Amino acid sequence: MEKPSLEYLHELARGDHSLIDQLTEVLLAEFPIEREEYYESLKTKDYKLIGQNVHRIKHKIIILGLENAYEIANQFEHDLRDDNLDSDKVEEFEKILGSISDYLKTI
Amino acid sequence: MDCIVIDDEKMARVIIKTLCKEIDNLNVIDEFSNSMEAFKFLHSNDVDLIFLDIHMPGFTGLDFIKTLKDPPKVIFTTTDAQFAIEAFEYNFIVDYLLKPVTAERFEKAIEKAEKLFYLENLDTPEKKENRELVEEEPQNDFYVNIDRRLVKIDLPSICFVRAKGDYIYVKTDDNEYEVHASLKKIEQKLPTSLFLKVHRSYIINVKKIIDIEDNSVLINKDVIPVSRSNRPDLMKRLDLL
Repeated sequence: MEKPSLEYLHELARGDHSLIDQLTEVLLAEFPIEREEYYESLKTKDYKLIGQNVHRIKHKIIILGLENAYEIANQFEHDLRDDNLDSDKVEEFEKILGSISDYLKTI
Repeated sequence: MDCIVIDDEKMARVIIKTLCKEIDNLNVIDEFSNSMEAFKFLHSNDVDLIFLDIHMPGFTGLDFIKTLKDPPKVIFTTTDAQFAIEAFEYNFIVDYLLKPVTAERFEKAIEKAEKLFYLENLDTPEKKENRELVEEEPQNDFYVNIDRRLVKIDLPSICFVRAKGDYIYVKTDDNEYEVHASLKKIEQKLPTSLFLKVHRSYIINVKKIIDIEDNSVLINKDVIPVSRSNRPDLMKRLDLL
């Protein structure tokens, strides 16, 4: 299974450590909020709202270099646009969120 | 070039600002987490370039560009390639950056924007003349904020505007709107060639008057009061018709 990495952020910062710190700080602050908002929206069964939250998290997924996870999230978002909430996709997406959460605890 | 960044995600805004710092003569003058804030900002500020996320809750980037009257150059930033075709329907769209945006791809987009920007700012006599003509063109519409949507109202279609507490009530030929604004604020937007304040709570479109009595005018089926102090102005205007 692919693992999250900060490679993209390091490339962006071009060796500027304070910039890497700043970027990871934003990531650490924003991701838990977005994850929480996703779970809250899931309770409401508002597909549009769930889709919006998945969309925002998608960017974090790709920033962390998780290409396969990105494809899963993308498909999940498109299904939601078609008013289709697939429980398997919910489970897969939850695993992705878990994997990112675990990784962020290590940085 | 002065630019702004519009994206509901802070991480995305920080990334674009980081990339902008690497480019000479590219200044990020502000950033916005939603289109509405940016729309208000652009009312009183000029920018040369906008980095705009397409997929935002409520008012999307595509909705936003439709509201721009004199649009600056726009570079879209998004995770969805599917919107690219629609985005390029507008000639002020410079490029379309897929997230995560790399420095290399970003620099190419900026090069494109700079070329267009400098070409358009070469001042030929024809351009100057055209610009003056555009500047003299009267405003025919404006947008009002209703339930987080921007609704376009054609000025000639307005019959009258009435103050209603913290709101104004706008009656047009086909619709009625309640807008959170003051009568004074909307008065500044309405051309004096068409509109006149006839009462402390009413501004009317003089072209819509059907009938006049001593202290009121009739517009469609609405009777609008005319205050004594405003009556001379109304009569003067009628002389001009």
